[in-house]
Amino acid sequence: MKWLTSDRGGLVFLGLLVALTVIVPVLNLAVPEGSALHVSTYTVTLLGKYLAYALLAMAVDLAWGYLGILSLGHGAFFALGGYAMGMYLMRQIGERGVYGNPELPDFMVFLNWDSLPWFWYGFDMFWFAALMVLLVPGLLAFVFGWLAFRSRVTGVYLSIITQALTYALMLAFFRNEMGFGGNNGLTDFKDILGFNLQDDSTRVGLFVATALFLALGYLACRAIVSSRLGRVAVAIRDAENRTRFVGYRVERVKLAVFTFSAVLAGIAGALYVPQVGIINPGEFAPLNSIEIVIWVAVGGRATLYGAALGAFMVNYGKSYLTAALPEVWLFALGAMFVLVTVFLPRGVVGLLKRSKGEG
Amino acid sequence: MLKHACITRSLGLLLAILWMLPSVASADSSDSLNRVAELLASKRFNDKYQAVDLLAEQGDGKARAWLDALLNNRMFLLRKDKRVVITDKAAGEVSDATTGQSLGNLKKSALKKITLNNRMRVQIRAALAVLDIRNPDPAKRLTAVEQMLDRPEKQHAELLKPLVGQETDAGVREAMEIVIALAGLSSDDKAERIASVEVLDGNLHPAVRNGLQRLLKDTKDAEFASVIEQTLKGIQAKRDFYSFIENLFFGLSLGSVLVLAAIGLAITFGVMGVINMAHGELIMIGAYTTYVIQQLMPEYIGASVLIAIPAAFLVSALVGIAIERGVIRFLYGRPLETLLATFGISLILQQAVRSIFSPLNRSVETPSWMSGVLEINSALSLTYNRLYIILFSLLVFAVLYLILKKTTLGLQVRAVSQNRQMARAMGVRSEWVDAMTFGLGSGIAGVAGVALSQLTNVGPNLGQAYIIDSFMVVVFGGVGNLWGTLVSGMSLGVVNKFLEPWAGAVLAKILVLIFIILFVQKWPRGLFPQKGRAAEG
Repeated sequence: MKWLTSDRGGLVFLGLLVALTVIVPVLNLAVPEGSALHVSTYTVTLLGKYLAYALLAMAVDLAWGYLGILSLGHGAFFALGGYAMGMYLMRQIGERGVYGNPELPDFMVFLNWDSLPWFWYGFDMFWFAALMVLLVPGLLAFVFGWLAFRSRVTGVYLSIITQALTYALMLAFFRNEMGFGGNNGLTDFKDILGFNLQDDSTRVGLFVATALFLALGYLACRAIVSSRLGRVAVAIRDAENRTRFVGYRVERVKLAVFTFSAVLAGIAGALYVPQVGIINPGEFAPLNSIEIVIWVAVGGRATLYGAALGAFMVNYGKSYLTAALPEVWLFALGAMFVLVTVFLPRGVVGLLKRSKGEG
Repeated sequence: MLKHACITRSLGLLLAILWMLPSVASADSSDSLNRVAELLASKRFNDKYQAVDLLAEQGDGKARAWLDALLNNRMFLLRKDKRVVITDKAAGEVSDATTGQSLGNLKKSALKKITLNNRMRVQIRAALAVLDIRNPDPAKRLTAVEQMLDRPEKQHAELLKPLVGQETDAGVREAMEIVIALAGLSSDDKAERIASVEVLDGNLHPAVRNGLQRLLKDTKDAEFASVIEQTLKGIQAKRDFYSFIENLFFGLSLGSVLVLAAIGLAITFGVMGVINMAHGELIMIGAYTTYVIQQLMPEYIGASVLIAIPAAFLVSALVGIAIERGVIRFLYGRPLETLLATFGISLILQQAVRSIFSPLNRSVETPSWMSGVLEINSALSLTYNRLYIILFSLLVFAVLYLILKKTTLGLQVRAVSQNRQMARAMGVRSEWVDAMTFGLGSGIAGVAGVALSQLTNVGPNLGQAYIIDSFMVVVFGGVGNLWGTLVSGMSLGVVNKFLEPWAGAVLAKILVLIFIILFVQKWPRGLFPQKGRAAEG
């Protein structure tokens, strides 16, 4: 456990996370609504959403910070995980849809389809959907990475083709013929595992689950980067060819870490969808994927908890600015990109470390 | 069938008289007009048919006006004295049809409708077509002949035969020849039928194909049927060929847009190794410059586009140089960071445009010399704006190529891109070269914006729509190679357009993206890789 005890920032992060997980549900469920200490369910859901984003940012950090792969397509893995969960939630609606068809989701009835497409089979079972949340993004990342790393596509080329990947998926999911609800995506969810999604307790439960997965994700990532695999990954990041010439199987290391990162992003998507109540092709937009990268950059890359911190900070800023000063948000986001890359290459965490003299 | 025969007969009569017309008609035109008026007042349709025939024989301007008014239900009888009157649709004014004397506005109750039946309408239309064939306006003549094309009759052919020789307008003459040949198809004389088919061989007019297909169904003569089939096959092959050419043209025009959008990127990305995610926004700035210039000189839309080209170049180049001096120069050697910083700049530029001009699309007018269609034949017509875009992108390419190959700046740009340290040692001011190169690439993006403003909506998201495509073009063509950009842009455009008919626009785009993703796996350096010995670029 030396890898954990020596990681002071990480311990602080985990401590904060545990505190958040305990305090927020208590303040929401136990404190009466009129009290000044009461945390509204809206806030709980908002925080839950941020936590899902934090997990996503961590996945990107693992690939970018430790492996040197700047993926501009992690939004695709996130969205695929989200779609897998969305399909489960869609099947749970059952007869409560507008058209009351027990088998087919509303949009399929609307498109005059008479039977469920084959790729929707099994999604009425939670375990199957959960498996798909891991498998679909993982498999896509595996195939994509296997092709790309084997032919040594690196650097900006890799970034650009990951962007092309998510762009192509976005275009595909916008098509009604794909069978994923086209433009509108999947929405109008009713319940998950039998719990009503509108209930406060379900919301709190989802929040806690997300926090739990974030903590587990952090521990898993930390374990990976502290392991031999992680150190080879860092070596690849810093000098890919030298690592290859020394005799490491660079492709395998990259593939393993990249695929794990994609699975993590998929889990984040699956946690995100029941909380926000919708998944649509907009999640595949290249802009979303780039935004994730800026969370990591703001927080400080190659720290893992920095990525989570960045996701929280930037999204809080976004929630605040898009409500208060919608004109300013894009200016602020743009300025953040420029200033952080030029003046703060190590992000907020780097700034904190430097002020403490650790840098 | 009866109706048909009747028209044929009346047309025959009409033609017979038509030859004697010029001398006779003018002499007693008012007499015969009176006679027509009498016949029109009759309740019996047979009299009315005769009236139309008489009008057709008349053949002068007044008769035409009468037929026109009759067909459009603007001709009435005065209830009190059965005089024929024509109402002016716009003003509602009524005038005596024979004398042209105005009777002012009359109440509806004072007028009696002249009822038509379908046979009469057909008769009137045919008569009008015959009259219009001699109209001095070639457009009117063409409409008249095309009216006959729908159902060519022998009489039409007889009427047209003497006129073909005198016809001055090539389009009208061609249509006339088709009518004559189509009419000849139903001739009793087999030799004439076959000769007519031969005349029509390879003719792309839709009426020809329809006529031949109709005949193929009707004919019982096996030999004749095989001749028709052969001809139809030839026509189809020719049509296929032209539709191929048309697809190619569309593909090339799409490709030119891609080349224009990507070629500036090829310079900044290829030559300098800088990922400029704000490239799309530089295109957008060029498009907005066009819009502003049009707002400044609304009377000279035609010239405004030409002025916009250098203006957009300058504006975008200055913005580009500002980006390079302000941000990118701190990030050389860190391509991934450059990507993020320039992406931030692109967001700022987008929002700036939104705040200044509004988030809605702005419409840029297309100058008259750019709109219109170049009609090559009835199966192939090319729009001028696409044609100009193709030419323009080739021109931009050539200029850029010459700048890089023949000027001192170009020499220095190539030197710096190949070996920065060595170039500096030889006295090249590499910082200055960087700024100029970036300015050049950005300026070209602005020029692309001018071209795009003629094809799509000008809005804050214009740049975003093209940035990924542009990157694809550059990556596919091979970084740092202008020729590669040209070839890859054009071929991606063409492939896209050829996929579209059977896959749909969106799926075609997805397929092209997947193709490029897979292509880059196999050939990571693109179609035309830069040669070098470095293990890592």
